[in-house]
Amino acid sequence: MPEDLNWAVGGEAGDGIDSTGKIFAQALSRAGRHVFTSKDFASRIRGGYTAYKVRTSVESVESVVDRLDILIALTERTVDENLDELHEDSVIIYDGERSMMSDFEAPGEMTALNVPLKRLAEDAGGAIMRNIVALGAACEVTNFDIEFLDESLEKRFGGKGEAIVDNNKEAARLGAEYVREETDISTPYDLETTDSDYVLLNGDEAIGMGALVAGCRFYAGYPITPATDVMEYLKGRIEGYGGIVVQAEDELSAINMALGAARAGARSMTATSGPGIDLMTETFGLVATSETPLVICNVMRSGPSTGMPTKQEQGDLNQMVYGGHGEVPRFVLAPTTIAECFHKAIEAFNLAEKYQLPVYLTADLSLAVTEQTYEPEEFDMDAVEIDRGKVVDEDSIEEWTNDKGQFQPHAVTDDGVSPRAFPGTTEGAHMSTGLEHDELGRRTEDTDMRVQQVDKRDRKVDTAREQEDFDYREFGDPDADTLVVSWGSNEGPMLEALELLEDDGIDVRFLSVPYIFPRPDLSEEMQSAEDVIVVECNATGQFADVVEHDALTRVERINKYNGVRFKADELAEDIKRVLGETAEVEA
Amino acid sequence: MSSETRFTDFKSDKQPTWCPGCGDFGTMNGMMKALAETGNDPDNTFVVAGIGCSGKIGTYMHSYALHGVHGRALPLGSGVKMANPDLEVMVAGGDGDGYSIGAGHFVHAVRRNVDMTYVVMDNRIYGLTKGQFSPTSREDFETSTSPDGTNQQPVNPLALALAAGGTFIAQSFSSDSQRHQEIVQEAIEHDGFGFVNVYSPCVTFNDVDTYDYFRDAIVDVGDEEFDHDRTDYDDARDLIMDREKEYQGVLYQNEDSVGYEKREGIEEPMTDIPEGAPEGAMDLVREFY
Ligand SMILES: Cc1ncc(C[n+]2csc(CCOP(=O)(O)OP(=O)(O)O)c2C)c(N)n1
Ligand code: SF4
Repeated sequence: MPEDLNWAVGGEAGDGIDSTGKIFAQALSRAGRHVFTSKDFASRIRGGYTAYKVRTSVESVESVVDRLDILIALTERTVDENLDELHEDSVIIYDGERSMMSDFEAPGEMTALNVPLKRLAEDAGGAIMRNIVALGAACEVTNFDIEFLDESLEKRFGGKGEAIVDNNKEAARLGAEYVREETDISTPYDLETTDSDYVLLNGDEAIGMGALVAGCRFYAGYPITPATDVMEYLKGRIEGYGGIVVQAEDELSAINMALGAARAGARSMTATSGPGIDLMTETFGLVATSETPLVICNVMRSGPSTGMPTKQEQGDLNQMVYGGHGEVPRFVLAPTTIAECFHKAIEAFNLAEKYQLPVYLTADLSLAVTEQTYEPEEFDMDAVEIDRGKVVDEDSIEEWTNDKGQFQPHAVTDDGVSPRAFPGTTEGAHMSTGLEHDELGRRTEDTDMRVQQVDKRDRKVDTAREQEDFDYREFGDPDADTLVVSWGSNEGPMLEALELLEDDGIDVRFLSVPYIFPRPDLSEEMQSAEDVIVVECNATGQFADVVEHDALTRVERINKYNGVRFKADELAEDIKRVLGETAEVEA
Repeated sequence: MSSETRFTDFKSDKQPTWCPGCGDFGTMNGMMKALAETGNDPDNTFVVAGIGCSGKIGTYMHSYALHGVHGRALPLGSGVKMANPDLEVMVAGGDGDGYSIGAGHFVHAVRRNVDMTYVVMDNRIYGLTKGQFSPTSREDFETSTSPDGTNQQPVNPLALALAAGGTFIAQSFSSDSQRHQEIVQEAIEHDGFGFVNVYSPCVTFNDVDTYDYFRDAIVDVGDEEFDHDRTDYDDARDLIMDREKEYQGVLYQNEDSVGYEKREGIEEPMTDIPEGAPEGAMDLVREFY
């Protein structure tokens, strides 16, 4: 495991926790350190505990651990909430001059560092900057060069004028100075810097960026946690490319607008979360039968119903794979890392247009809202390829007309994919409908045509299986007897769990699967393993069900559904426990 | 666009399966004539239809067309127009489609003011599902699902549109073909959401709101003696709130209206995109430094 430092700022919602954490995370990233962030937040705007956690190392980090080294506590509750993660070398930075913290004492052996945050902030120009004072203090405690914090403050407040930036820098400096001169703290922490240049972004932003470079020009959505960031990212950027973000009146409207735009020839997307997917399901069927390319992004949160809107879960797999009345083909892509959110977004648009069907692009909450550092080259723009599929123009349309000269938008083809004419194409006028239709797109209840159209639509999936690389990502020991399979954000903690298990002499082969439907055939891998364990954030094992069914092999399940993502050490223990149990059974 | 387009160019070779005498024939003919008259042709026209007898209209017309699910025609049409402002977008549906299941979208489409035309074939009944009351049915109207009368007040779609900030609010009668066509034409020419509620009688299930009834009841606000100023909001409101009479004509128009897509700065169809990432895409990444 990399030499890492775990840092957090916590307080009440409304205390500016998010921006404080983000400023520090960005400073670390500027200093050439890898960063992985996570957020504990409650579903309310004011009041309620909230924290922003940063794990940082000079090596890549992809998960959270159960340890906190530095904690900026704006409330005593912050300390209580994190008690399990604090240890004897932890440093808690707090403001003893605040009445609510005046009696605070550090639990156990750990260090409580009393810094008059508010007073120093006022000296710098305003009490509002107390969090920045705390950041300055944290820099001092970790021997972290405060200049990187300055850079981050410039980025954050640059738009608000020089005076604001200077005041904030002063606040940070006062915080650092106070620790240096007024306290006698010595800590074992030392945040070295490197020459690397990283970018720091979350999964929603990566999806938005992927959509933009893939040529998405139309986005309609209705705000919902944790998908709103996608809309907020695109708004303000898509316009520069001649596109539009529309805030619709509800999800029914959003998906229908997106569908209308797609039929008009735009690369089009909507994003939502579980309850919104439910509302979109009727139109989802229309997208599929009318064979319209559309990307529907589902950023999963805890369900059912309104569930736990700010908590992690991977509970919508069945809805995406099976949801809707009748039977329609769809693709379901599930990126496993934040960078993959970018790449899969691009792929989603290409697949949607090549096969003319709806594509679910799904990220779980943990991927969507946590941030991670990457080399900028990870987002290689030169490698982006756009494939719009079988689009016909006035010259090629004749190939696809019947003997009366009518265009056949649902022509029955060997590969299942029909030609597509954007409105405005001469002689291309045609009808699209959710009713079963003939090759012209007109309603039919002809029994033969019904079968031909159903088969045609299904054939796209077979064609795609042949043409595309619906592969998995493989890690660990390829010859190990134990096979772990997972999807979504579990890849990060699982990678670290592999190292922990290896330290204990347990070899594991790990497959992370970014394609839920169609998905890679894992039967050989699963049948040749002694133990197969499927790891996922839901109670029933929805992914375990489908791979078990595919491979006709019984699997063990590790399920977490308390609303919190897996942690590496916990996952390693879970795997050991499962292996221990099976060993007992076999003995 | 060709100037030689005739309204029959908008006819498909499918024979309508509407009941003989259904008001929807006249509604559709007027729409086709209005489209031709305003210089459109099938290749630049996009017709979006709802579900219901009325929604079958897309099948009988020849143009680019989309037949959606029940109640969602307006968002569909809005998406089409925003993605390609060069298209002439017409949305059509029934009173159930538009004011019941789609009522939410109606209000929001009105206030969004996308430049398209919305024609509602208002027969004050559910036709396709065989004669249940609709949101515009009269209060004591007896149907299969309201044997003792509806006990619900009818909605006033024109008032809804006015309250939502409608910029073009009109009503026509499908069998007054000349006036109906003129009114739809004006809606097409309006820059913004052109809303026309069309009395389009159902001869099979509604024996109250019949051709005879409308012929007698209708008052044309376009008549000279009526002297209606459509830009006068108060005047329009008084007429719209008057439920004793059935008015025909353009009741209200905001002449300063500009379509939403124009206000959002959309000028080009969104059909063309680069073959790879757009130029300067690395700047998007650098934002995350
Ligand atoms: C979600 C959904 N609910 C119900 C229906 C059944 N349905 C089809 S048309 C219709 C009512 C149509 O009435 P109206 O819009 O007034 O059109 P008309 O047939 O009178 O022209 C209903 C309820 C449906 N297709 N979809
Ligand atoms: S049932 Fe009524 S609305 Fe439907 S086609 Fe017949 S007359 Fe027209």
